[in-house]
Amino acid sequence: MTAPDGPQELEAQFAQWRQYVLRRRELQAVDADELEDHLRGSVDELVAAGLSPDEAFLVAVKRMGSLDELSREFAREHSERLWKQLVLTGDSAGPADGPRARRDLWVMLACAAGALVSVKVPVLFGLSFGEDGAFYARNFTLFALPWLAAYLAWRRSARRPVIAALAVLFALGAVAANAYPLADDSQSVVVTSVHLPIALWLVVGLAYVADDWRSSRRRMDFIRFTGEWFIYLVLMALGGGVLAAFLFNTFAAIGIVPQEFVSQWLLPGGAAAAVVVAGWLVEAKQSVVENIAPVLTRLFTPLFTAALLAFLVAVVWTSHGIDVEREALLLFDLLLVVVLGLLLYSLSARDPSAPPGPFDKLQLALVVSALAIDVLVLIEITGRITDDYGGTPNRAAALGENVILLVNLAWSAWLLLTFIRRRTPFAALERWQTGYLPVYAAWAWIVVLVFPPLFGFA
Amino acid sequence: MKVAKDLVAASATPMVLGILAEGESYGYAILRRINELSGGELDWTEGLLYPLLHRLERLSYLESSWQSVAGERKRKYYRITDSGLAELAEQRRQWDTVVGALKEIWQDRAPLTVPPLGGLA
Repeated sequence: MTAPDGPQELEAQFAQWRQYVLRRRELQAVDADELEDHLRGSVDELVAAGLSPDEAFLVAVKRMGSLDELSREFAREHSERLWKQLVLTGDSAGPADGPRARRDLWVMLACAAGALVSVKVPVLFGLSFGEDGAFYARNFTLFALPWLAAYLAWRRSARRPVIAALAVLFALGAVAANAYPLADDSQSVVVTSVHLPIALWLVVGLAYVADDWRSSRRRMDFIRFTGEWFIYLVLMALGGGVLAAFLFNTFAAIGIVPQEFVSQWLLPGGAAAAVVVAGWLVEAKQSVVENIAPVLTRLFTPLFTAALLAFLVAVVWTSHGIDVEREALLLFDLLLVVVLGLLLYSLSARDPSAPPGPFDKLQLALVVSALAIDVLVLIEITGRITDDYGGTPNRAAALGENVILLVNLAWSAWLLLTFIRRRTPFAALERWQTGYLPVYAAWAWIVVLVFPPLFGFA
Repeated sequence: MKVAKDLVAASATPMVLGILAEGESYGYAILRRINELSGGELDWTEGLLYPLLHRLERLSYLESSWQSVAGERKRKYYRITDSGLAELAEQRRQWDTVVGALKEIWQDRAPLTVPPLGGLA
């Protein structure tokens, strides 16, 4: 080694060593500084003793011992570092990330405030949350979801055509919710209130995949986003409930009953803002915290499979027909939705290149037993189709959903089977699910836009 | 002869506090000083020293500051605080008791020899 090369080479070695140290979660930049100073002290002394810089570096690193052992010792003192924390201000992020994360926070706050304000805008036109329940039931998602879509579109730097499409779709949703002459107690109001959120949520999905809406991977990301968003929303709802209860009872204790504030402002405004905040949380923490939806599906897939199989056995054993009077079909629709959810979130967390394993077989059992139950229900219904089953918007919508979910799950079961027998790749199943998303959107829009006139606004 | 790991760990806190009571210092120098004082018999690792320094700092027995030495190189110096000195005094009392008791015992028996097997028979 020539003399001028020496120091440079040594610096490169220090830099490389530093990178190894920083890869450890237990060791932070300040620790790396401190340890590097230590290493340099050691190297200096060895060089003074007559070693070449190269040799001195090797000896000094060797003396420091393995990084595994070092980080284990550090972890004992700094155990909090093993718990990933969500940093709200982005202070600990890299210098390039900092301003971006802060701007993100401000845009999110602006959107949440927008959602909060728009919930109360109808008050200016004499509509109140307490008295015009049907109006709010139809329109609530129209106050919150456009703001979430706006935030996501901003984050993805969506192009103009996408933004225009989003605006048109939300306007269409507003028309569907309000243009038809629907009585407050009609079935159509209920059907619209249930299906409009689904249609609008898939519009949010369009904003989510704004950068590459054809890509199957991005659509899968949206499915992951949906699961995490829902879980965060539920957690925030729990927190909000505790806050409201304390607010109400503490003020009631001093003789002020804040009923109007809690029910007219805190709950509707908080719910609308929470929709946006939950979306931001998922975006901010997606690389920090492990996704919780797949964990839950792992826990519940075996339990649901056992429950469905037990139900099937009971049906066969007692030879008791399934009672499909009233809204029973809705119950079985929900069952299919749950099974689809279990399937989707297991898929979303699966390594696409991993070979089929026992969990895939369990999933096949789950899907097949759900299909068997649903077929029993459908047979039961066709027996009664003469007594005008499907004559009301409720029943028509429930039947349509059942068919859509049945088709999805039947083909999923087939793909799972061929995957387990190693005939098709896992990606086929993933593509089938992500490709199916527009079907849900189309159906939800049909129900919202076509059903009311079709059934004479019943 | 190497000192057993448990004993090294038990004596680590008074050792570090004692060295820093002589004046502020930094990691590498502390390790050198320990080496020097024990004639190389105390086997201290970086994994023992730095987390210990951080713990003592968290308990506010020590204060630290970054100082730049030789250009861009930064070094973290540790300094003992008043509560660190109090802790050192307390530890010293305890160690004096232990060492005193051991000395009392060993004075009677010295020099130490290994009794032959079956010596009691």
